[in-house]
Amino acid sequence: MNAAFQGIGASVRRTEDRRFVSGNGHYTDDMNRHGQLHAIIKRSDRPHARILGIDKTAALAAPGVVAIYTGEDMQADGVGGLPCGWGVKNKDGSPMAEPAHPVLAIGKARHVGDPIAVVIAATRQQARDAAELLVIDMAALPGIAHVRDAIAPGAATVHDDVPGNVCYDWHIGDKDATDAAFARAAHVVKLDLLNNRLVPNAMEPRCAIGEYDRSGGEYTLTTTSQNPHVIRLLMGAFVLHLPEHKLRVVAPDVGGGFGSKIYHYAEEAIVTWAAGKLGVPVKWTSDRSEAFMSDAHGRDHDSTAEMAVDAEGHFLALRVRTIANMGAYLSTFAAAVPTYLYATLLAGVYKTPAIYAEVKAVFTNTVPVDAYRGAGRPEAAFLLERLVDVVARETGIDRVELRRRNFIPADAYPYQTPVALEYDSGNHLKTLEGALKASDWAGFPARRAAARAKGKLRGIGMSTYLEACGIAPSKVAGALGARAGLYEVANIRIHPTGSVSVFTGTHSHGQGHETTFAQLVSDQLGIPFSQIEIVHGDTSKIPFGMGTYGSRSLAVGGSAMVKAADKIIAKGKKIAAFLMEASVEDIEFKDGKFSVAGTDRSKTIGEIAFCAYVPHNYPIEELEPGLDETAFYDPKNFTYPGGCHICEVEIDMDVGTTEVVRFTAVDDFGRIINPMIVAGQVQGGIAQGIGQALLENAVYDDQAQLVSGSYMDYTMPRAHDIPGVAISDEGTLCTHNPLGAKGCGEAGAIGSPPAVINAVVDALSEFGVRHIDMPASSQKIWSIIQSSRLPMAAE
Amino acid sequence: MPQVSLTVNGKTSTVEVEGRTLLVELLREKLGLTGTHVGCDTSQCGACVVHVNGASVKACTMLALQAEGAQVITIEGLAAADGTLHPMQEMFREHHALQCGFCTPGMVMSAIDLVQTHPQGITEDEIRHGLEGNLCRCTGYHNIVKAIAAAWPIMHGKQVPLAAE
Repeated sequence: MNAAFQGIGASVRRTEDRRFVSGNGHYTDDMNRHGQLHAIIKRSDRPHARILGIDKTAALAAPGVVAIYTGEDMQADGVGGLPCGWGVKNKDGSPMAEPAHPVLAIGKARHVGDPIAVVIAATRQQARDAAELLVIDMAALPGIAHVRDAIAPGAATVHDDVPGNVCYDWHIGDKDATDAAFARAAHVVKLDLLNNRLVPNAMEPRCAIGEYDRSGGEYTLTTTSQNPHVIRLLMGAFVLHLPEHKLRVVAPDVGGGFGSKIYHYAEEAIVTWAAGKLGVPVKWTSDRSEAFMSDAHGRDHDSTAEMAVDAEGHFLALRVRTIANMGAYLSTFAAAVPTYLYATLLAGVYKTPAIYAEVKAVFTNTVPVDAYRGAGRPEAAFLLERLVDVVARETGIDRVELRRRNFIPADAYPYQTPVALEYDSGNHLKTLEGALKASDWAGFPARRAAARAKGKLRGIGMSTYLEACGIAPSKVAGALGARAGLYEVANIRIHPTGSVSVFTGTHSHGQGHETTFAQLVSDQLGIPFSQIEIVHGDTSKIPFGMGTYGSRSLAVGGSAMVKAADKIIAKGKKIAAFLMEASVEDIEFKDGKFSVAGTDRSKTIGEIAFCAYVPHNYPIEELEPGLDETAFYDPKNFTYPGGCHICEVEIDMDVGTTEVVRFTAVDDFGRIINPMIVAGQVQGGIAQGIGQALLENAVYDDQAQLVSGSYMDYTMPRAHDIPGVAISDEGTLCTHNPLGAKGCGEAGAIGSPPAVINAVVDALSEFGVRHIDMPASSQKIWSIIQSSRLPMAAE
Repeated sequence: MPQVSLTVNGKTSTVEVEGRTLLVELLREKLGLTGTHVGCDTSQCGACVVHVNGASVKACTMLALQAEGAQVITIEGLAAADGTLHPMQEMFREHHALQCGFCTPGMVMSAIDLVQTHPQGITEDEIRHGLEGNLCRCTGYHNIVKAIAAAWPIMHGKQVPLAAE
């Protein structure tokens, strides 16, 4: 590979970095509009309360205050509620409960952080000062934080129209076959587990600027979003009732998302609507403390899992019951996460013939819960990979051998699981063997002994995970309850002098699309990398798109680019045929050149582009000028990345702290465009997984007050918590998209938590620990060590 | 309203501020230097780190008025006039030490201070603990550590950096 190679497979240094390392990024809060006002949202400090009255008098009289609006003001102006993009049906076929989700609370506040009013003033400080003067008369109601409390008899009701607090009671799989398999099992292994609630914590707090142009009646929202077209669709159609041609949504540089910036949030509608009311731009920027109580949280499952196993250790059936916390309202994709992104993944990498899963989603007085990096798939992987380790222990079968024995064999693909999905490709044995070797699994006993000699408990754990990405095959998604198809769009515009703009409906907020997609298009069209610009994040420039989540950008957005590039080539061939007086069938395209087969005649794509726009002589009656093609791509199936993660930890017996001392990831992502960027995604995802496993926890007290509401209380992983991960790839190509790509963005956060906890449990095995819920904090571990009848500590 | 005079990236300004205005607000809102970011409100994340009189400071933890007469360098002031990046900026790029870029300005400013205050050499462990006050949610830190280790010899004139693998 020569040094200048910048096509598919090269670790090209990122185009976007120059502006980011120089302080020249353009994040939403870096922008200010002429004459803008500032909004501060007054939020509930109570978990659950009736709003008896709001007295604006003193606040309105405060310096700089221009307006104060409440939920009733907005409702009276015809503003609608925030919609949910996915409908799930109950076991009996009836629709889920979908209570109103007003932009500003009306009648009741349902979680700490629920927005109640917006104060708009000349400066942010003035708005903040005035918000302090706003008097909200509230009558406290009992708050519910935890799922089991929500469904307990006599529990308070979060929404008056949803008695019992159940959003849906859903199931998947074959109950009878599963029950039958359990009846004949040699062993049944049962495990109760919690998947801890997380706060996504993208480093850039959310921000939104609304603008209204009186001359044309046009609105512009600049916002920290992963999917500006989705926001335009939802806010325009459901909330503010604005037609798309009068609403532009811009998502400029966005400082991380991890799912939390997918959703249409109240503040986006508030600033857009208020800008129209007041005729001036209105800006809102979240504080971090505000983010803790208003950005959608992640995870929060309470599950029971049971595996039926035969005498030889073959999995016969899996039965799962999960209660999922939706929070106080349904966020945009909330309903899909514990169903179609979770229960459909419960087969994992195993050929378990029967699976039955029941999921009850419930409302509580907590921040809405939605997709956070991995979204449902980490919960599935954690449940399954923990359960498999417990099965190994309780049947006495080696955990590696047990996995090997139950893997879906490589020659069984495509493989139909008992829970709806058909996996297209994979080789789990290969990623497992690769990881065993790379991690020196065999050499672990010596490392454990060495650790023990210095007073540390050392454990090793693995997970052999699988996920579903490339969201989504629209027909399948529709059948599963998605209220819109999930196509992706690419527009490739070759300019007259040969440079290229590529417009994508996906959005980059750390993933490096400006680099990866330019490599891809350079490879497809033979145009130098430096001549290609990737444009994303503006509904006024990009035809359409569903944005970036579910590790979909390359598999779906990249495939749309390949399709658009194919159209460019097809048209280029026609132009080349005309210019070289040859038949279209005889034109070949390779490395940026159109040639007449069997001759030395050729034209570069640059020459073709010039001719396409400003020709002296062109067959305009037969062929449209221009070299600008748009393609929509709808994936035929999900993609199925997977792999094996192996973690080694050392536990300090005196204080209970856990150090991740080695971490190995061998993944299958299909085709990789930029290995440097992919390795960065894996390392970063694993850091979040280690954070979930050992450090992070969104804690509510029993009255639903948010206890971990800032970085003082919520433990974010820091540089000394995360080791360098040994990352390698054992890819099998995706069989149904033109790139063979599967996606890599979420894998780290999916595969790593069970590997970490399996390692922690392994380290603590001599204390009789069977399972430990996340986060495996030093306090929990210290208590386990202290309360156990200790074997002699290290000599 | 009180005034504060300070020199930022070599340019002296006198600005009226409220007493409660933070240095980071002065930089971002009054001077338009939006490269310095605000990622939290409890002085934990380090996205706002700048250099005040040569030492790294969280600009959200200092009142603007406390910067009277100070020499302040922000991320915008690191590159040479011809656009040549500071070695730390260059190593962050070379080692893929950033993804979304939001923590990067503070991270780079802290990293420079860390290297400058370790003239005898710096270990991986010292780098990791030296980044205690800077949060990154994207990278998992490892490439940041690599970038800082690679910048150390360049900044101390010791050797030509090895190319990243």
